[in-house]
Formats: sequence, C-alpha cells, structure tokens
Amino acid sequence: MSTEEAEIKEKTRAVLEGVGSKRENLIPILQKIQEELGYLPPHVMIEVARFLNISEIDVYSVATFYNQFRLTPPGKHSIRVCMGTACHVKGGHITLAAWQRRLKIRPGETSPDREFDLDTVACVGCCAMAPVSVVDKKVEAKADPTRVDGILLSYQLQKEEEKENN
Amino acid sequence: MKFEEIKRQAQSRWQAIWNDQTPVILVGTATCGRAAGALEVLQAIKATAQKQNLNCLIYEVGCMGHCYAEPLVTLRKPGFPSICYGHVSPVLAENLLTNLILNDDPSLEFVLGALEENDLIPSFSDFPRSKYEKRILLRNCGRINPEEIEHYVANGGYESLSKALQMKPVEIVSEVKRSKLRGLGGAGFPAGEKWEVCRRSEEEPKYLICNGDEGDPGAFMDRAILESDPHSVIEGMVIAGYAIGARHGYIYVRAEYPLAVQRVQNALIQAEKFKFLGENILGSDFSFDIKLFQGSGAFVCGEATALIASIEGKPGMARHRPPRVAVQGLFGKPTVLNNVKTLAYVPHIIKNGADWFLQTGTERSKGTAVFALAGKVVNTGLVEVPMGTTLRQLIFQVGGGVIKGKRFKAVQIGGPSGGCLPQSALNLPIDFDSLQESGAMMGSGGMVVLDEDDCMVEVARYFLDFTQKESCGKCTLCRLGTKQMLDILEDITKGRGKMEDLETLEELAEDIKQGSLCGLGRTAPNPVLTTLRYFREEYEAHIKEGRCPALMCQTLIAYYILPDKCARGCDACVGTCTVEAISTDKKRRIKVIDQEKCVKCNTCLVACPPQYDAVIRLSPSNKVPKAG
Repeated sequence: MSTEEAEIKEKTRAVLEGVGSKRENLIPILQKIQEELGYLPPHVMIEVARFLNISEIDVYSVATFYNQFRLTPPGKHSIRVCMGTACHVKGGHITLAAWQRRLKIRPGETSPDREFDLDTVACVGCCAMAPVSVVDKKVEAKADPTRVDGILLSYQLQKEEEKENN
Repeated sequence: MKFEEIKRQAQSRWQAIWNDQTPVILVGTATCGRAAGALEVLQAIKATAQKQNLNCLIYEVGCMGHCYAEPLVTLRKPGFPSICYGHVSPVLAENLLTNLILNDDPSLEFVLGALEENDLIPSFSDFPRSKYEKRILLRNCGRINPEEIEHYVANGGYESLSKALQMKPVEIVSEVKRSKLRGLGGAGFPAGEKWEVCRRSEEEPKYLICNGDEGDPGAFMDRAILESDPHSVIEGMVIAGYAIGARHGYIYVRAEYPLAVQRVQNALIQAEKFKFLGENILGSDFSFDIKLFQGSGAFVCGEATALIASIEGKPGMARHRPPRVAVQGLFGKPTVLNNVKTLAYVPHIIKNGADWFLQTGTERSKGTAVFALAGKVVNTGLVEVPMGTTLRQLIFQVGGGVIKGKRFKAVQIGGPSGGCLPQSALNLPIDFDSLQESGAMMGSGGMVVLDEDDCMVEVARYFLDFTQKESCGKCTLCRLGTKQMLDILEDITKGRGKMEDLETLEELAEDIKQGSLCGLGRTAPNPVLTTLRYFREEYEAHIKEGRCPALMCQTLIAYYILPDKCARGCDACVGTCTVEAISTDKKRRIKVIDQEKCVKCNTCLVACPPQYDAVIRLSPSNKVPKAG
C-alpha cells in the first residue's frame, strides 16, 4: 500500500469513528470525507457502504446525484464560476469561457499539472457583486476576463516566489 | 436562570456598549461584504486601533441590505450619530477612524447615511426609499453581532419564546392561522394550516424542518438572514416546534453558504447554553433540539419531499403527494416544513399578535416580502417592503432604477420557476396571487432587473439549461421534455431556429407542466412561456433574420471597430484583448479585429475610452464590412 492510500484509509477511519451507522448519516459522512480528502475515491465509498450496512450502489447514487461531491482528485487551487442569474446577465458565461481558455480545461476537470480545477456553481448568493468566481473559498467580486488573468498572474508570481525561496 | 434575568443582563450589556464613552465600530462581514473586501477592512481597522492606541469596541455585523455600497463600516463616537460609510477600502478605513476618533472629523464626503435621525448627517430614514421599506425580518440585520446571542436578546429576542411557553400550543396555532401568514418560500401555502394538520396527527414523533435550501440563482435573502440574524430563525423554530408538538427540528442550509452554516452552528450552541434550546426550555416541560443539515448542492431539494429524502440520506427525488408532508414526512412521520423567512416571522406574530400582522399587506397576502434586488439595477441589495408594493416602486424608487441610464426591459422574478415581466407589468402589485396571474411567481424573492442589452431568448435558454441540469430525472416529461425545449432554444440562439419551433415550445411547456410531480417540473417552462408571451418579436428576429436585437447571443453577433471613430494612436483595445485578436492596420493606421481569432469576450468594448466609443457589436454577424 502506498503512503497516499494509507493516508486515505486513516482519514476515512477517523471520520467514521466519530459518527453513528444510521443511513441518515450518509450525506454528512460523505461531506466530511470530501472535506478531508478533497474527493471521494471509489474504495472509500465501498468502505462507507460497509460501515452503514447499505449496498455500494446506494452510496454511489448519492455521491453522483449531488453537485457537491466529486469523484476525481481536485487541483491545488479550486475555481468555481458562479452561474447565477445576476452573474449570467453580467457576463458569467464570458468569465467561464475566459477560465476555460486560460486553463485549457472544461468545467469538472483538473489541469494536467494538478494546479487548478474548474467547476461551475449554481449561485453563491453574492448577486450584487456579479459576475463572481470563488477562488479557493474566497469570493472574487466583479470577475471579468481581465480579472481572471490578474488572478492567474498572482498565483504564478506566488509560485515563482516559492521556488526562489526554496 | 429566569428569562427576565437573562434579558436584564443582556440589556445592560447592550446599553453599556452604546452609552459608554468608548467609540464603537461595526463592520459588515456577511458574504457579500466579504466579497467586496470587508475582512481586509476589518483587519485594517484592528491594526489602526492598535497602532494609534485607540480605545474602541470593534464588532462584526451582518448585512444591512445596501450591497451596492459594500464594504460598509459604521462608526459611532459619543457626541456624534452612528455614521455609516460605504465603499470602504482598508486605507480609507484607517483615515475614517483617525479622523473621527482623534480629530472629531466625520469625513462627510464618504458618508452613506446615519443610523438614527440627527441634525448633522442625513439618516437612512431620510432616504426616499425608506418611504417604501418596512423592515421587520431585516430589523436586526447589520445592527447586531450575529455571533452574540445577548445582542439579539437585548433587542427583544427570545421574548416571544418566553411568551409562547406560557400559551397553550393550540392557541399559538390558531394565532398563526388567524394571521394568514403564508409560506414565504414562494408557493404561499398558509403556514397555520400546515401546523394544524401536523398538530392533530396522533403519530409520534413529529418533526419540524426549516428550509434554508435557497437554490434559486439570483436570490440571497435567506442567506442574509441566516448570516445576519440566525437567532430570529431559531426562535421561530422553537415556537413552531412547541406549537405542533415536535421534539426534533432540522435546519437545512446549503453547503454553498459556508458562512451561514458557521453562524447557525454557533447560534445553536449559544441558544442551548442559554436554555432556549435543548432539555426543559426556560425551565418548562418542553424540550426541543435542532440539528443542522448541510444541503449538497441540488436545486430540487428546495422541494419539500426531495429535501426530506436528502435528510434521510437518499438522492433528493420528489415523491407523489398526498400523503402530505404534514401527515407523512421525515422518516414517515408528521412533519412541518417552513421557509427561513416564514419561521423568522413567527416570533413577531407571537409578540405583536395576529391583528398587527394583518394591518400590513394586501387582502390575501399579508405582511412584508423580502427581495434580493440584483442585475442591472442601481441599488443592488436586500429590501423588505409591504406586500402590495408595485414593481415600479420597488425597482425605481427603492432600487434607484436601471444602471448607466439604460432602458428597462424586463424584470425576472422567482428564478427558474418564475418569469420575465415587461414594462407594461410594472404597475402590478407584488403579492402571491397577482404575480401568479401574470405568469411569474413570487418564488423565494429573487428579482433580477434586465435592460436593453439582455436578450430574452437567451435568458429563457439560461433558465431552462439550469432546470434541465437540476431535474432529478424521476418524471419523464421533466427529464426529457426540458431537454427537447433546451435544444430548440439553443438552436434559436444560434440562428438555426424555425418558426414552427415556437409552437412546439408551447406544446412541450404544457405537457411538462401537466406531467411533473413536483414544483421544479411544473414551473420549469414559466421563463419560456412568459418570454414567448411578452417578447415574441425577439424570438422571431432570431429565427427570421438571424439577428439578436439585444446583441447578446454570441453566435449572432460580431465585434467591429468603427474606422472613423477609432482614435488611431490609442492602444487600449489592443492591450486588453485577451486573445490578441486586435492589431493595427499599418496602411490605414486604425485598429482592426481579426474575426477568426475574436472570442467575443466584450473586453475591448469596455476598454475603448468613452470619448471614442469606437467598438460596437453588430448582428447578424455578417454585417461586418469586408474590408475591415
């Protein structure tokens, strides 16, 4: 077993230890695991099914039904482009296109270097600040294509700085 | 501890904050404030206070509703009114603070308004919009620290709970029934009736659920209330639980609202500590607990039966009704499910009585409604107005009209379940029934203003795209019918539509409405039907001429630089173009867009200085002159 797998196993066990094995705990369990691991690996879902004494397909159906859960590892930085009504009329789809163009990935994908993952979100409720992108949990107000370039540039500078320091 | 004692203590602490000689600083740190940089401002204020050795109290508060002016900071120095400043940056915050506290200078040029009436500065109540507003649910928002239960108690909080516990449950149900309070989640079902059915059921245990799964894109009222005044919702829940005879409650909040989740969690812990929640509430026989459940990002879970399925750990799929949720809900037991705002209204009704509530609103819709104003409106933010206020008053008097002096085109109400209403509907009073008649619906209260630059076909396509993706897939017509409608709309926005498509759309819309179990499917066609009803000529322009009148549909437009307006020496568009599609035509010394490379991102149009105004959009896209 690789260290990564062992770590996943350990973290899953820690999450399951704290909760009861009732079916209604399924979604909170998956939420906690995703918070820890960033995604839901297949073998973890199998373990959750065993823990709750339900079939694997029941866990899978919940994991794939809800938009919050992802089945592939996320990138180092997460980008969520808001697709709410207010963002849409102020150019949210143009912002999304800008992210896609720069990162060369589509929503739901992670960049090959694992630096960024891109996704859309239905609405983060910051309609007064439209168009909005959520970058690493921080809500970026008025994120137009120029701002997209600015955000990416700041990450690039940060990365170069880290390299120099090492 | 007796309630009276808790209240006295809270009040004396609250008064000490405001009557003392120490200056008080309030920073609005709800999500919209944070998006505008409120946390950086808060940090700057703390640093300044420390650096200058200022003795002052700094509190985080929720959302005041003036989202257009975020971040908001309120300063109060004894001898001055409480002054609210808008668009505050960290540097400005430092200056405001030192100016007022050290030099007695209120920096009038940055003032938004004062919280209370005074002789020095115009107060919020002097704003023209305050004539139309009536803040009941939003009363505490932005004025108290949502993480301090004592702030809530000092302002009359939990008094209604204390009063309710002296009443018989049946008296509370009949009072709520008499008030004609209707579900503020959008459908407008009388709350008291739900309560009564559940109360009468002999099945045990009973459950109470607060629906905070505010999934409508363009709506953020529930988020703001949960973030700014969470105790008002908790108090309403405990009273409702007592009235219907429930022992357990759930509060269902979207995971996309992390701050709301955190503040509700904190509020639950505090409420339990003060005995407003848990075993033997305020020394009575009544016990009630509340669990926080985080929604996982499925729009359909706003629907009662889907939400219940989700709490039970299943995919959020709606089921057939009857049996009604009040008879057979969570875990098959009688359940009352109310929206955040409906429950937040309960303490007010118990405190002031049903007659007080009946004074506001229209014949069949009582009380106030909270709206989230967004889109192309000047004063974006939260507003609370009495039911029956007209759309015109709300958008133009309260909202300040359309931005950049553009022409009003439509207002989208009720999100994906609602519709787009045109200019001619502006005199419509806002209440459950009038909106339904017009083809829209109250929905949860999202209101997005659209101007001349918004294409109605594209807006209809946008909403259908949303509902199509969010359809849970159980009902065939909702799952496949919306897909068909979406394909047709996509064709139209790309200039491939046919005239007979419009009839097919209307036919499909009726079928989907008829053939869907839950509100998602039954209302999904509304945005298409209302735009077809009020803006048919736009559909026809797309189909017959391949032209998008609002110049929004990307396939049908092209960007073009007018040679005689282009300032030649100016390089603004070249520098900002994100794909290097603009270059200088050396011979004619003007800027030219390479149509092959252009991604139509609108950046050059924004960048072109207003005195030249040379970048324009043309539709159909083949209108671009060949030479340029």
